[in-house]
Amino acid sequence: MKTVRCSIIGFGAIGQGVAEVLLMKKEYLENIGLDVRVVAVVDSKGATISPDGVDLADCLARKKEKRTVALEKITGLEVIKSIDHELVIETTPTNIETGGAGLLNMLAAFEMGRDVVTSNKGPLTLRYRELVETAKAAGSSFRFEATVGGSMPVLNFAKEVLAGNNIRSVKGILNGTCNYILTRMLEERASYTDILAESMELGIAETDPTYDVEGIDSACKLVILANAIFGLEATYRDVDVTGITKITPEALEMAYENGHVIKLIGEVSRERIHVAPRLVPINHPLAVGGTLNVASLDTELAGEITVTGKGAGSVETASAILSDLVSIYREQ
Amino acid sequence: MRVSMDIELKDVPGQMLLALQPLSECRANLITVLHHHQKLTPRKTVPVQLVLETRPENIAAIKARLEKNGIKVVRVGEHRFRESINVVLIGHVVHSGIQDTIDEIDKTGFAEVVDLTLSMPGIDMLSSALIKINALGKEEIQKALNILKEVSAKKDLLMVLPIDVQA
Repeated sequence: MKTVRCSIIGFGAIGQGVAEVLLMKKEYLENIGLDVRVVAVVDSKGATISPDGVDLADCLARKKEKRTVALEKITGLEVIKSIDHELVIETTPTNIETGGAGLLNMLAAFEMGRDVVTSNKGPLTLRYRELVETAKAAGSSFRFEATVGGSMPVLNFAKEVLAGNNIRSVKGILNGTCNYILTRMLEERASYTDILAESMELGIAETDPTYDVEGIDSACKLVILANAIFGLEATYRDVDVTGITKITPEALEMAYENGHVIKLIGEVSRERIHVAPRLVPINHPLAVGGTLNVASLDTELAGEITVTGKGAGSVETASAILSDLVSIYREQ
Repeated sequence: MRVSMDIELKDVPGQMLLALQPLSECRANLITVLHHHQKLTPRKTVPVQLVLETRPENIAAIKARLEKNGIKVVRVGEHRFRESINVVLIGHVVHSGIQDTIDEIDKTGFAEVVDLTLSMPGIDMLSSALIKINALGKEEIQKALNILKEVSAKKDLLMVLPIDVQA
């Protein structure tokens, strides 16, 4: 049995999802020879720390009741630097302007020779190359499947499952909120504003939906794909972005009568990175509804391959984190 | 009917007039002239593509008169639009002049707007239009889209393109 000591830095929806999944999958992990022990859980107010492993059920209950897991006043960065462990699970909120705490946490983790699995897009959008090279120089594993498409496998799918295939382009729906809004606008023949309000009520859209509806979130995911799959050195500024705020119910209806739906499609190849609403034939593999994400990879040998799945949600996103964790330590 | 004609002119001044006179004499309506001056043929002539609107019975006469003027007629064909595309436009489509937008495409001769569905839910609200464009081929579709893109940018319209064309 191999013991993997890890920290969960960031205990919002995704961090809690990771804790739930680790509890649910304890037996499975043991069966494949992994004793995954969480030695620290950190949120914005502080941390719970125990070198022998914290009680995750207890952490989840305390978070629910007191809105924080904190028992000690210590930051994520300090935990990374001072507590002995192998893996940092970085699930702090995305900040695409500076990279936020996530960027500092990841760099510190590599400096300490720790591995990192993350769902945080910000640092990867801004400093992809630096992070990958720092990880490599430190001999650390660095995986980030959860940053693109939530539970839907794209990065590892392209790099590992389809290894050897030259990938010409990836096209798809990378933002569940926009997909939900466009799907509902067509179903209800309702305005963008009305459905946006509904989405916020349901918690599908955030209180500030700008990142999602303006296409910024999709653009960030494309940047990660561009760098990870196509080896580019792209940043957010290289993406041509149009969001969905101008889409009208009439346009959706006209398109539908003509056999099409309108979807916010992201597209990346060596030549261009682009996000815009597009007309998609109703029977096209990319015409998925609700909050689903979908990606179609145009491959040299295998032709078009399409994957679809839930792009958000705590347990769904944690599933991508779990698979990254398993790939790192099962391989070793 | 619409006819396309590939002709070759000698690379000396005054040739274009010799090519256009017969069209006017036969009352053909000239839609476009593409003059490929930089692409001389091995015979050192200048290839020119014409698209014109005329009655089928006039075609033989036009061809004869062109040849009489010393112009080589390489190919005459019925002008067929083989490619077609749907595009959605959203914005102040009507107030910003939808007719201009259509004219810009129609006057190319290689593409035309053949269908338009328009919805104006109310004053001060965004209008939506679905337009269908036919064109000679894929390349011409792309050219028509580039024109539409320029017009849309000028008029602040959102253009929603099909997924299979280059945006």
